[in-house]
Amino acid sequence: MSSNSYDYVDGNAAAGDLSKIFAVDVTAAEGQCANCGTIKRFAEAHLYMQSPGIVARCPVCEHVLLRLVNVRQRVLLDLRGMTYLSLDAA
Amino acid sequence: MWRVGTVVALHDETATARTITFEVPDWPGHFGGQHVDVRVTAPDGYSTVRSYSIASAPSSDGRVELTVERLPSGEVSPYLTQELALGDRLELRGPIGGWFVWRTQQTEPIQLIAGGSGIVPLMSMIRTRASTGSAARFQLLYSVREPGAVFYRDELQALSDKDRSLIVTYVYTRVAPANSPRPPGRIDADLIANTTWPSKLAPTCYVCGPTPFVESVAGFLTASGNGPNKIRTERFGPTGDRK
Repeated sequence: MSSNSYDYVDGNAAAGDLSKIFAVDVTAAEGQCANCGTIKRFAEAHLYMQSPGIVARCPVCEHVLLRLVNVRQRVLLDLRGMTYLSLDAA
Repeated sequence: MWRVGTVVALHDETATARTITFEVPDWPGHFGGQHVDVRVTAPDGYSTVRSYSIASAPSSDGRVELTVERLPSGEVSPYLTQELALGDRLELRGPIGGWFVWRTQQTEPIQLIAGGSGIVPLMSMIRTRASTGSAARFQLLYSVREPGAVFYRDELQALSDKDRSLIVTYVYTRVAPANSPRPPGRIDADLIANTTWPSKLAPTCYVCGPTPFVESVAGFLTASGNGPNKIRTERFGPTGDRK
């Protein structure tokens, strides 16, 4: 993964897909990267949408934070790249 | 949750961009900067989803405006900008996104920086500010290829004429009009230093445009003393029809 490649957008762009799963807006939530410990809003992640699903990477170390794939009638969600998400429950 | 929006107005902003006004009866309202997903379904059942920024301020009449730039190789934007007709119905999901938004409670100076059609969510913030009578000081730095590519020019002129707390600066990258104070060129460190709020005022900065544009502008803002936590970005890449 070259740090010079510009084939990503912001975590914002995953908001629609994530709204199918979560009751609150995840893009404004703070999450911690399980690799480098950076704490940022999910909206600030680098989002790659060219693959069959979407892949969000840490904007600092490019570690995979989240993968989301739609397969027929199922959604596969892999969140192992984040130690936690801190959500606004108000 | 998908809602059905009916096209009630169409307006060409430039030769390649069109504003579409939808009437969505149960629209819940939105903040400036949010976007919607649009689902387009072909007669054979094939459907695809694209995300577009909302251009309008929230209104009580259930109307939502999107401005869509036509991408020559796009799958959806040529349809939305050339074929969509009054009375057509599309499925919309939103409003979406809670981070790249300006809320009327924010009273700090606001710096908006747009690259091309990245103006759309920033225009929603400017219109929201105007319609709510907010006194927050806004500055817009708007980078476009050439004069004919400017969206909302007359409205921006009218808004900034009657309100000195809204300052609009254009940057032309390829062709500048005769009265432009600077030759064509990209936004650089000097321009950021001279035409944006000083970082000591602690402005919140919103940057929207193609990914390379956002990368370089965010770098200039950081270099001129703005904290990374005061810079919010929205990039659009080559993948979809975003914006």
